[in-house]
Amino acid sequence: MMFLRRHAGLVPASTDQQAIALEPLDRRSPHGGPRHKAGVTWGILIALMLIASPAFGQQTSLADVQLRDPAKEAQARALMATIRCVECQGQSVGDSDAAIAGSMRALIRERIQAGETPGHVRAWLIERYGDYITYDPPMSAVTWPLWLAPVVLLIAGAAIARSSFRKRRQG
Amino acid sequence: MKRALLWLPLLLFAGLFALVGFGLLRPADRTVRSALTDKPLPDFTLPALLPTKPGVATSGYGGGQPRLLNVFASWCVPCKAEAPQLMKLKAMGVPIDAVATNDTPEAVRDFLKAFGDPYQRIGDDRQSKVQIALGSSGVPETFLIDGRGRIVMQHVGDIRADEVDAIAKAWRDAR
Repeated sequence: MMFLRRHAGLVPASTDQQAIALEPLDRRSPHGGPRHKAGVTWGILIALMLIASPAFGQQTSLADVQLRDPAKEAQARALMATIRCVECQGQSVGDSDAAIAGSMRALIRERIQAGETPGHVRAWLIERYGDYITYDPPMSAVTWPLWLAPVVLLIAGAAIARSSFRKRRQG
Repeated sequence: MKRALLWLPLLLFAGLFALVGFGLLRPADRTVRSALTDKPLPDFTLPALLPTKPGVATSGYGGGQPRLLNVFASWCVPCKAEAPQLMKLKAMGVPIDAVATNDTPEAVRDFLKAFGDPYQRIGDDRQSKVQIALGSSGVPETFLIDGRGRIVMQHVGDIRADEVDAIAKAWRDAR
C-alpha cells in the first residue's frame, strides 16, 4: 500500500536496523541460542518498536479500519464512493491507494463516527475543494443544464415521434 | 421554414465537432484548487513537529503581517526541488510557515539539514487533516495569508525559480 510504503522509506535507518537485528535472531536461536546478551537483544527490540511506532500508528488510523457500528460504516462507505480522490482523480477515495485518499477515508470515518451526517461531511469537503470533489454534483448554475438536458431531450424526442407518426397516418 | 430545418442537423454536428475539437486541442488543466481562496483561513491548531520551532495555528495569522504557509513533506521529491526557492524567499524577508503532512520529526530534521530550513514555524499534520481542511490536494502547495488572516493566493506544485519574484510581490501586495 502506497501509504505505508512511503513511511517505510521515510525512516531508512530503522529499516536497515530491522534487517540487521532480525536476521541473526531468526537464524541463530534454533541452534545455540542468541550469541549476544539477552539484554542487548531486548534493548534493540524496544528501540525498534519505538522507532517503528509512528508507522504502526498510521496503520491503526481509520483509513483502512472499519467502524464498529455497521450502519455507520455503511454510511461512510457510501460517502467514500462519491468522493473523488484529488490525486488520482479518476478514482473515488474508497478505491484509491493514494496517501491523501487514505487521509480522506480516515477523516470521513472519524466524522461519521462522531455523529455527523454524510451530507454534512460532503458539504464540508465541497466547501474546501469545490464541486469537483464529488461524483454526485449538486444542482448549481453550472450543473443545471446537465440535470435538465435529459428531460428536455426526452420531451423533444416525444414531440418529433408524435409529429412523424401523425404524418404517416395522414399520408 | 422547412428548408431552414433541413440544415439544423448539420449545424448541430458542426457545433459538436467544434466543441470536441476544441477540447482535444486545448490542454486540460486537471489541477484541483482550493475553494478557500479569498476566504478566511480555517480554524486549526497544529502542535510543533520539532522542539526548536513553534507549531502552526490560525491564531498566528491576521496580525497585520502576511505570511506564506507551505504544505510539504520530507518524502515529497518536488519539495526538495522547491527548497532553494523557499530559501530565496526567506532571504527576501518573507516569513514562511510549514504544515508537515504525514511525516515524522526525524525525517523532517534530516530533510531540513540537507535542503535548508526556510521555516519559522512547523506544524505536525500527521494525518493530513489540516491539509484537507485547507483544500490542498497534494504536496507541495503554498498559501499566502494576508494581514487580516485571509487566504489570498494558492500556489499548487513546487515554486520554480522564475516564480519567486511574483510570489514575493504578491506577499508585499498583501500587506
